[in-house]
Amino acid sequence: MAKRVPPNEAQPVVQRLRCRYTKTGRMRFASHRDFQRSLERAIRRADVPIAYSGGFSPRPRISYANAAPTGAASHAEYIELGLRTAVDPQLLTEVVSRALPDGFDIVEAIPAGGGKLADQLHVSHWQLELFGSEPAELDSALAVLLAARPVVFTRITKSGRKDVDLSSAWVSHTVSSGSTAPGQTCAILRVVVQHQIPAVRPDDILSVLVERTDLDPPTTALITRLAQGPLRESSGFPGDPLARDKDVDEQAFGSAAADPPT
Amino acid sequence: MSPSLFPQLEPLLGNVNKPIQYVGGEVNAITTPWESARLRWALLYPDAYEVGSPNQGVQILYEVLNEQPEILAERAYAVWPDLDALMREAQVPAFTVDGHRSLADFDVIGVSLSTELGYTNMLNTIDLAGLPLRAADRRDEHPLVIVGGHAAFNPEPIAPFIDAAVIGDGEEAVLAVSKLILAWQDAGRPGGRTGLLAQLSASGVVYVPGMYEVSYGDDGHIERVVPNASGVPWQVAKHTLLDLDEWPYPKAPVVPVTETVHERMSVEIFRGCTRGCRFCQAGMITRPVRERSAATVAKMVDSGLDKTGFAEVGMLSLSSADHSEIGKLASGLADRYEGTQTSLSLPSTRVDAFNVELAKELSRNGRRSGLTFAPEGGSERLRKVINKTVSEEDLIRTVSAAYESGWRHVKLYFMCGLPTETDEDVLQIARLAKAVIDRGREISGRRDIRCTVSIGGFVPKPHTPFQWAGQLSAEETDHRLRILREEIRSDRSYAKAIGFRYHDGKPGIIEGLLARGDRRVAEVIEEVWAQGGRFDGWSEHFSYDRWAQAADKVFADTPVSLEWFTERERTLPEVLPWGHLDSGLDADWLWQDWQDALSEDEVGDCRWTPCSACGVCDQMDTLIQVGPHDQSAEEWDESIAARSLDPVARAGTNG
Repeated sequence: MAKRVPPNEAQPVVQRLRCRYTKTGRMRFASHRDFQRSLERAIRRADVPIAYSGGFSPRPRISYANAAPTGAASHAEYIELGLRTAVDPQLLTEVVSRALPDGFDIVEAIPAGGGKLADQLHVSHWQLELFGSEPAELDSALAVLLAARPVVFTRITKSGRKDVDLSSAWVSHTVSSGSTAPGQTCAILRVVVQHQIPAVRPDDILSVLVERTDLDPPTTALITRLAQGPLRESSGFPGDPLARDKDVDEQAFGSAAADPPT
Repeated sequence: MSPSLFPQLEPLLGNVNKPIQYVGGEVNAITTPWESARLRWALLYPDAYEVGSPNQGVQILYEVLNEQPEILAERAYAVWPDLDALMREAQVPAFTVDGHRSLADFDVIGVSLSTELGYTNMLNTIDLAGLPLRAADRRDEHPLVIVGGHAAFNPEPIAPFIDAAVIGDGEEAVLAVSKLILAWQDAGRPGGRTGLLAQLSASGVVYVPGMYEVSYGDDGHIERVVPNASGVPWQVAKHTLLDLDEWPYPKAPVVPVTETVHERMSVEIFRGCTRGCRFCQAGMITRPVRERSAATVAKMVDSGLDKTGFAEVGMLSLSSADHSEIGKLASGLADRYEGTQTSLSLPSTRVDAFNVELAKELSRNGRRSGLTFAPEGGSERLRKVINKTVSEEDLIRTVSAAYESGWRHVKLYFMCGLPTETDEDVLQIARLAKAVIDRGREISGRRDIRCTVSIGGFVPKPHTPFQWAGQLSAEETDHRLRILREEIRSDRSYAKAIGFRYHDGKPGIIEGLLARGDRRVAEVIEEVWAQGGRFDGWSEHFSYDRWAQAADKVFADTPVSLEWFTERERTLPEVLPWGHLDSGLDADWLWQDWQDALSEDEVGDCRWTPCSACGVCDQMDTLIQVGPHDQSAEEWDESIAARSLDPVARAGTNG
């Protein structure tokens, strides 16, 4: 019996595109794997020339970085696509967004300028809209919580229980009043946290707050990632993780579609 | 107007598992404006979204109904107990995933019943919708509950909970029902709900259980089933869709965001099966065979892939390799999708070397799934009883072809508890599996050959020759599975090569109660639901004890019992609960087939041996519709034309 030779060879990648996508509306309830499934199907629907790996089970060349948890909306999720033919990045954002379910949108695509995408994602800026809570209560709750550092809580991970220090990840925060829901006002916490392992997730912040302070649990919490990227020391906020790619792109005078990298 | 319940639902979704299944918004989901329709259907699949969403029946009816100008249809699924509890607490009623409207706001709740084990979920959803469980308690403003699907061929156990049942193919039936309801609306709703049900019943389009009286003898047997009003037909016949090429649904299947049980697009290549396996209800109730032409299938595959982006296509039917043009179809599709990372599969195949050829052809492009063959019965004798005309030689020849083609793992499917079965018949399964491994080792020269034996418990079903058979008790089933397991495990040189998968006999007994029960079983279902029974098709939710206790309670001081409904063999004169529902099969033919089974006589397939007069074609005025299909060579060439292999291109150049 002949040994089966894998029927497929890996397809060479001629263009890498780094994309920012958003996860809003009902799609905030999608898990990372749900997005992955939807994206792969959208790419097929839109006839994007994605490159496939070789072997018996070829996989599309898509890398995912630091996805927001199920239930959290996001304006700043990042992926990198490996294409077997160069395309116009702007066109790609349009056709793929159209092929994705409403709530998922590719909003920018930039030819990769080098380095690793994940290396540009150091901090996240989260917004927590706490419906049913007042800014004043939130303010004093935060003061209580952050007064006694470290703020250690326990996370159950695959490799067992791990103590996580919330304050070590905490960069800065603001409290305001308002909301994205029409006709409703509530306390809004915006917080910049550093990415670390294990991660401090926005829902951790909320549960620790409710557990350790007098803050009543909000009726609903709407969590949104506003941005993620390298920490800009000047502002204390995340910078654009695609900034370096954009610089390279500009230096190349125009789109990579016209001039695929060799 | 029916407002969206999403604002009330949304706060609950943060606290449940896999919330995405409840939000809708999938690619190809349809949201028809509420006010634009006069007749509104909620299509309920009474199981979790991940099971219900790929269901072909719901997808077909969803499109067929939404294409009608005055009709809208939205989908609904059972919610898991975590959300159920939160919804009851927050008083959010059962909803559709498309518009998130309350099920109670629809005109019709159409329930798709693929399996009897969905009954408790159906009851729970009706209750969660805020509707009275029993049809007799529902008022004019409440929706009609109409069931369909294979389990609806005996809706008697759920008769008190439903308003009507559609027997057979749903495509034309839902349109006929809709037409009658619209006309009744136009006429000013004469007679209210009761008037409508009387009209629906008189039309023969649906079976309305409330229009029939069932009486029982002292010995527990049914005495008579009679219409309780004039104009009500004595028998209600099944619907049979002819010319499947005219009904190429679903055209744009909904693409789930969450993971489901079938991560692929399905195209039904034919409906019905006349192989005549006596245990198979699907094969008996979906006669005659009606094929889609290869050209239509090829077009459906192409446009379906374009609209969904699925990476796998399953060619669906009860025995896919039997399609008269399967060879042409398989090689045509394999050619077309070569190099596109699209995989093709034939999910339901028979024991035949030709099948291995087909599987090889379809997988030349990439991923290979395991090969499954279903001899169903362990011994040659038993296979004659069930009319599964496969010899041991056929099986060995087939697995040889598989091993020669590079497969190292085959799966074999058998049943346990078949009529006339003995311990010896079951032990033959172990012998077969060992022979399969021997052959594989011989051909491949390797030791890492595997064979998985899966065993399903046999449950006698209505409208089959085995509808009269006694069901094997759970204890006896478990005993046979145990000795088989020991037989497989006892020989160390095979122990690791043969995998053994089975379920204990208890769930099959409950399925048997629900499959062949009559209206007296309804109280058992209601009691189980009241005691918390949900998701009975899931082993982690199913409780045999809950069912057994409910049956004991309901049947106390009556001549019937759980065993009476399941283990008892029926006689010819007995009035069967589903006797007034006409599947087209001639009762005498069925009985003769049962007698033939007992004398181990086989019956041929009417596609290639003479008609055995099962009665379906005459009774239903239908015909077998198989190829060669009359279409020109050009039409086929066009439908199977190669796709542009570098579609960048389509995005890039046109954009």
